[in-house]
Amino acid sequence: MLKVSIYRYNPESDSAPHMQDYEIDTGGKDLMVLDVLEMLKAEDPTLAYRRSCREGVCGSDGMNISGKNGLACITPLSECVKNNRLVIRPLPGLPVVRDLVVDMGQFYAQYEKVQPYLINHNPEPAIERLQSPEEREKLDGLYECILCACCSTACPSFWWNPDKFIGPAGLLQAYRFLADSRDTATEQRLSDLDDPFSVFRCHGIQNCVAVCPKGLNPTRAIGHIRHMLLRSGT
Amino acid sequence: MVTSVTTLGRSGLSDWLIQRVTAIIIAAYTIFMVGYLVANPDLTYVQWVQLNQNNWMRIFTLFTALSIAAHAWIGLWSVLTDYITVRLMGPKAVPLRIVLELGMIVLILAYVVWAIDILWGI
Repeated sequence: MLKVSIYRYNPESDSAPHMQDYEIDTGGKDLMVLDVLEMLKAEDPTLAYRRSCREGVCGSDGMNISGKNGLACITPLSECVKNNRLVIRPLPGLPVVRDLVVDMGQFYAQYEKVQPYLINHNPEPAIERLQSPEEREKLDGLYECILCACCSTACPSFWWNPDKFIGPAGLLQAYRFLADSRDTATEQRLSDLDDPFSVFRCHGIQNCVAVCPKGLNPTRAIGHIRHMLLRSGT
Repeated sequence: MVTSVTTLGRSGLSDWLIQRVTAIIIAAYTIFMVGYLVANPDLTYVQWVQLNQNNWMRIFTLFTALSIAAHAWIGLWSVLTDYITVRLMGPKAVPLRIVLELGMIVLILAYVVWAIDILWGI
């Protein structure tokens, strides 16, 4: 029997959060954490969490699994069970709405700040704005982000200043548009980032890289932004 | 864009650059000092005074003192704005942070003046 300890908090009835222990028979199979949650929810329908695609594409079920942020649907038990024990908590640093469901408002507010869309005031061409294969290649490792918030909520700088530091997820997207050959707002984007918080609160500890379920590298993207700022600012 | 008035360089980029350049100067001074002390195991007081009376040594030491001052200003400012915040402590964090930041700046500047006084008093 697998021991599962889950963070429970219902603001309508609980005065404080607590950990609730469950035992579950996995039949010796290497299930995904989401499968375990589904089995528990069948037993205890009051358990709340987000999920949708169950295959690591939608980014809904980001949570803290045995101390490391990840997507429940693509994290196998063999990777996170220690001493026959699985501990599940909500993503750290964000306000808890209920159980494993967090309020992502702060995370999205930072994402919105980087203007995550193409800005191009040149007249539109007749067909579409073309890119060479080389220009397109620069977006690899950037566009794949699913905004699950695993990285930003693993970052102490984001915990302390979620209203000022954009965080790894937002900065990865900031660089995605800085690197895009079709975007013409590079200077304006850079000047919006040149303050002591937005980019420079990153101290390069790479928690974001360690937890990204898509294998992306926000620290490297932040390094590229720094170099772009250095080129334009010196 | 988040504005800040108590940072050293006012811009994130300039603080970041200053932090790296001052780190190099501090490292160079440390390496020089350790090297000098290792190379002169029987160092006498007279020798030590002569070394520090050289103008190049005074400038090197002053540069290092200024580097430590700038480095500490940026570093401590980061620490204070991480932990002394309204998010963590409530509204009393703002006056407390301002007092600590200004106190830190005054203390750093006092150390710099003191260092100049020591260096040119030798």
